[in-house]
Amino acid sequence: MNIVRNHILISIDAGTLIAGARSVEDALVKEIAKQGLNKEVSVLETGSIGITGRGVILVVYPEGIYYAGVTPKDVPELVEEHLLKGRPLTRLILVEAPKRTIITKGKTGLLKEQPRIVLKNCGFINPENIDEYIAAGGYEGIAKALQTMTPEDVVNEIKSSGLLGRGGAGFPTGLKWDFAIKTPGDEKFVICNADEGEPGTFKDRLILEGDPHKLIEGMLIAGYAIKGTRGFVYIRGEYGLSIERIEKAILDARSYGLLGKNILESNFSFDISVMKGAGAYICGEETALIESLEGKRGHPRNKPPFPINAGLWGKPTLVNNVETLANTPEIIRNGAAWYRGYGIDKCSGTKVYTILGHVATPGLVETEMGTPLKDIIFEYGGGIKDGKSFKGALIGGAAGAFIGPDMLDVKMDFINLREYAAALGSGAILVMNEDTDIVDMLKSVLHFFKHESCGHCVPCRIGTARLVEIIDNIAASKGNKEDIEQLLEITKVMKDSSFCPLGQSVTLPVSSALKYFKDEFLSRIAS
Amino acid sequence: MYRETILKRFEPRLDNILYILHDLQDNNPQHYLSKEDIAKCADYLNIPYSYVHGVITFYSMYSLKPRGRYIIRLCDSPPCHLMGSESLLDYLKKKLKVDIGETTADGVFTLELTSCLGICGVAPALMINEEMVGNLTPEKVDAILEERRQTL
Repeated sequence: MNIVRNHILISIDAGTLIAGARSVEDALVKEIAKQGLNKEVSVLETGSIGITGRGVILVVYPEGIYYAGVTPKDVPELVEEHLLKGRPLTRLILVEAPKRTIITKGKTGLLKEQPRIVLKNCGFINPENIDEYIAAGGYEGIAKALQTMTPEDVVNEIKSSGLLGRGGAGFPTGLKWDFAIKTPGDEKFVICNADEGEPGTFKDRLILEGDPHKLIEGMLIAGYAIKGTRGFVYIRGEYGLSIERIEKAILDARSYGLLGKNILESNFSFDISVMKGAGAYICGEETALIESLEGKRGHPRNKPPFPINAGLWGKPTLVNNVETLANTPEIIRNGAAWYRGYGIDKCSGTKVYTILGHVATPGLVETEMGTPLKDIIFEYGGGIKDGKSFKGALIGGAAGAFIGPDMLDVKMDFINLREYAAALGSGAILVMNEDTDIVDMLKSVLHFFKHESCGHCVPCRIGTARLVEIIDNIAASKGNKEDIEQLLEITKVMKDSSFCPLGQSVTLPVSSALKYFKDEFLSRIAS
Repeated sequence: MYRETILKRFEPRLDNILYILHDLQDNNPQHYLSKEDIAKCADYLNIPYSYVHGVITFYSMYSLKPRGRYIIRLCDSPPCHLMGSESLLDYLKKKLKVDIGETTADGVFTLELTSCLGICGVAPALMINEEMVGNLTPEKVDAILEERRQTL
């Protein structure tokens, strides 16, 4: 066996592929062979390391040095300097890396600083290799559940972990599973909602691309817990790489006997199929998603009945978000008490965020529930780009909330965010600097809703169209004072009378933008 | 004949309709769903033509109009908007001499808008056919268009 002295991990995800990760990988392999190092240095693919917008990212182990913005032209120098001469190539080193990229390997002192439960393996293992997932403790959760726990035990463990659904509503996952196990039915389904369409949100994509087996294991655990028979992953059609990776992961899991009949020689049988969406934001709503999965237009359904009673094809159906399910393997493996050690009382665990916009280092971060927003923006996001000052942020995507500087101290969890809690699920934090035009941003948000309103109910269909007319007017400095009242009035009606959360949620960005930045709207009118 | 080959890959069940439509559209040289595509799909699934039409119009990835060889889908969601996608849209419109939803006279490019592509770390971004491109500038847009024209 060869002794490999250096491992180079290259991040292959949608973002780095754009930057040319494949050509850098090819150049690396060739250069390493040319220098005769191919027995000493191995090049491995991994998912996103958590840094985006910085080009191709490499990590060289055992030193743990991060390089960013690597191009094929840099490769000969990098190989010569770092791998032949042992001197890191300083001009490409990513200095911001350490805070962002601490990857937990057991209970080190670093664990407190950036606990990674969901993203534990992202940027660390090869997502296309099931053995690497298993070597990192993968499928131990489902094995433990099958061999030592009853389905009721699993539900109770999730209940006592305090895990809240990460899709947006923050509903206790254990309670949902409890409803599901108590619903009678010879066929029950588990659906993973991977129709991630909230603007600015791509945490689920990075989980799917970086650690697809974790999702499969999470679905297996959910399936076993609720006595389910089949699972479905509904992914947006735009997520090509995610679809590819999860499909491969399913095939591999099947060939290892981790999906299919009598999993790990138990009585539990379960299989998963992938469904590719076709471009409709509304399908992120669970009943619309089910309609789409059945091959229909993705209109939301009336609730009740809830999917848990009558979902896909009228059968009891559990719908959970990617991030929610990705938490469960570690909870089962390590126990609910361990999980409650993270986060705050009543809102345990961690949360994955995408930090974007005018920050120095946009990317992905996982922190404990209850982390102050300013730490996320200024420590992990590196603060505001180009030395400008912070004006505000849009948290939670389009259906999220605008916040001003006085909200920076808010603790990010479902309890402290209260009325903005729905914005937490998506994890998108879009940071805006002093030059940002808030009227223009709200215009963009409202255009988004107009485009994505499914047309099923009147308040949302007409309401979003009217909102766009008004905001376009204000943005063109043709508005008047009544227009502002109209915006609030319409969104209030939409909140009270829209059929589904899409129309109901428009009030959040509108009212919050007017709460924190009303002067800006007024001055646009006065001028 | 290629349509039959595509259809046979799927069981004639309604829940396969999105996949069938994706495949029919991807294999149509003009990247759209023609009347014949719709009719064949309806026959195969034993459902009315109007049902298939209804499904197609609901989802933004499907088109009922013939499109160019390359479909440019520029993201106009808030994160890309913040990073300047609106000026890129103007630039693309001027450069291609088309409005949103239209195809260039030579049939090479169709300009569309899309909601968030989930690559906001490299905003502003677009998708050209299956490929995603980020950190866009007018110069980069020029390069992309030029590169595609070279492949014709």
